[in-house]
Amino acid sequence: MFVELNNLLNTTPDRAEQGKLTLLCDAKTDGSFLVHHFLSFYLKANCKVCFVALFQSFSHYNIVGQKLGVNLTVARERGQLVFLEGLKSAVDVFFQTQEEPHPLQFLREANAGNLKPLFEFVREALKPVDGGEARWTYPVLLVDDLSVLLSLGMGAVAVLDFIHYCRATVCWELKGNMVILVHDSGDVEDEENDILLNGVSHQSHLILRAEGLATGFCRDVHGQLRILWRRPSQPTAQRDQSLTYQYKIQDKSVSFFAKGMSPAVL
Amino acid sequence: MAAVATCGSGAGSPGSAVATASKSNVTSFQRRGPRASGTNDSGPRLVSIAGTRPSVRNGQLLVSTGLPALDQLLGGGLAIGTVLLIEEDKYNIYSPLLFKCFLAEGIVNGHTLLVASAKEDPANILQELPAPLLDDNSKKEFDEDVYNHKTPESNIKMKIAWRYQLLPKMEQIGPVSSRFGHYYDASKRIPQELIEASNWHGFFLPEKISSTLKVEPWSLTPGYIKLLQFIQNIIYEEGFDGSNPQKKQRNVLRIGIQNLGSPLWGDDICCAENGSNSHSLTKFLYVLRGLLRTSLSACIITMPTHLIQNKAIIARVTNLSDIVIGLESFIGSERETNPLYKDYHGLIHIRQIPRLNNLICDESDVKDLAFKLKRKLFTIERLHLPPDLSDTVSHSSKQDLAESTKRLGPGCGMMAGGKKHLDF
Repeated sequence: MFVELNNLLNTTPDRAEQGKLTLLCDAKTDGSFLVHHFLSFYLKANCKVCFVALFQSFSHYNIVGQKLGVNLTVARERGQLVFLEGLKSAVDVFFQTQEEPHPLQFLREANAGNLKPLFEFVREALKPVDGGEARWTYPVLLVDDLSVLLSLGMGAVAVLDFIHYCRATVCWELKGNMVILVHDSGDVEDEENDILLNGVSHQSHLILRAEGLATGFCRDVHGQLRILWRRPSQPTAQRDQSLTYQYKIQDKSVSFFAKGMSPAVL
Repeated sequence: MAAVATCGSGAGSPGSAVATASKSNVTSFQRRGPRASGTNDSGPRLVSIAGTRPSVRNGQLLVSTGLPALDQLLGGGLAIGTVLLIEEDKYNIYSPLLFKCFLAEGIVNGHTLLVASAKEDPANILQELPAPLLDDNSKKEFDEDVYNHKTPESNIKMKIAWRYQLLPKMEQIGPVSSRFGHYYDASKRIPQELIEASNWHGFFLPEKISSTLKVEPWSLTPGYIKLLQFIQNIIYEEGFDGSNPQKKQRNVLRIGIQNLGSPLWGDDICCAENGSNSHSLTKFLYVLRGLLRTSLSACIITMPTHLIQNKAIIARVTNLSDIVIGLESFIGSERETNPLYKDYHGLIHIRQIPRLNNLICDESDVKDLAFKLKRKLFTIERLHLPPDLSDTVSHSSKQDLAESTKRLGPGCGMMAGGKKHLDF
């Protein structure tokens, strides 16, 4: 986890809020550093994490996690982390016929079905174990990333249903958190993706949006991060808070600074 | 990469190395474990795969793309387990050359090839590969290697450095040349002996697809399903993923797929905006990447993205590939006669570079790149404005140059995009 980002968001692993949906969004840049941040954050907060990793392989997250101070292999063996590796599971589903329902079963179906098997998997992974003391503080669902489901043939409405079911179970029933990454296609008219992005941002409590700089590529400032706090359940009596920072990604951390205050410029 | 990692760090016999590989479920992205530098490991020999080298940044195993200039722009080469997508130029003149350089590099390094095409027979594609340009020293060793396949291990006694006679030799698997990255002569054909000595598999779609159209359960085009099954079969049979107990493979599989997404593959994304199978290509890419991540293989795909009607699909395809390079040739456009571009044949855009096992990636600072195909060589250079040497600087010529420079590209890749109307 990036300490500077914790300061900006005003949280620490000990006293993070529960029952929140965080949306990570990236436009014209790569926002995966935020996923690594939240993964290590919640593992350090001793939460039970279910990670639906559709984009990269397990060893990728593991190696970056080690740079950030968490060991995913150990967490998986201890039972703290339930990892669904999308790439590997897709190959399994595609080439071998499965008897029992597989979370990525929709890959084999011709028509866009629904994501019920995936939801069952998540619910099974995060349900509290009866008997014995509670080892983990609260459950967390992490999805990287949701736009891949659209590329794999699901409709935007099916994906939104899945998010709704997960939110009802994880955030409301189990008082846990959800973190979701969605790509913003920007000026490319990807209607399904826009529907998905708008739908999820309407339901989320915190939106972190990583954008490229308006002026193009820069070696010292990799992009701009917009933080938006929302209160979707209450009427908008209070104004939503929004902050903008620019960032530079280094080997093991990310440094944030106010706009125009990059150390390279000053 | 998995094989290299587990082989060096432990038990001597290669059998157990493969067993540990399949048991611990390593992918090709495993970082090489901490290896005691030769002091504890006197047992097993170092087995290095010819034609690969570890990346400087994260120890990832890289292969050359066949163009050393491109290797440098991509941060050293193409990582094993990743997909390189080339967006074809408009008349498909220069992208086949990059494709063939990649395959020729595989032959020169002794890698196994898998060539898939719906348009040309893979045997014909291999006949047309460019010849490698070898300098004299390596040319001598190449000639000898080709004609003496079965030379016994040389036991010439060393006279001066006789202590080194006792040390274990590096075991390299039959390469023609031990360099990383070669230059190719586009005007000559590769020698026939090299093709015959290499191990290659071809997938020609009209031969593989049967005339009876069975209704497939998945919403993938039948051609794509057949290709995926073929690739998975080769990977399993020849042991590139370490799961086959009979085969212990220490080689790299280079996969080349030509014109993916074109109507010849049975896909209609180039013909209609909202076709019936619009997810076919993206599903194919996803499953292909899953196959590559767990095996010692690297893939190059050329795709006619300028024909795809639905721009959203291009964005999704870009997101699902690891490295994306776009070629833009000047033929037929007004840039052909533009004095700004008179030395070059086209522009090359590096649209995306992956961040593998890392938070950052090796992005080059140079965003304006142009290529030219001289009589022999294909070179990539940084594009710069020619000096304005005319005595009377007319207003119109300055206007032309300014217009062209505006269109030089927004100067950014997928890493950080900007609004296009900003002008400096």
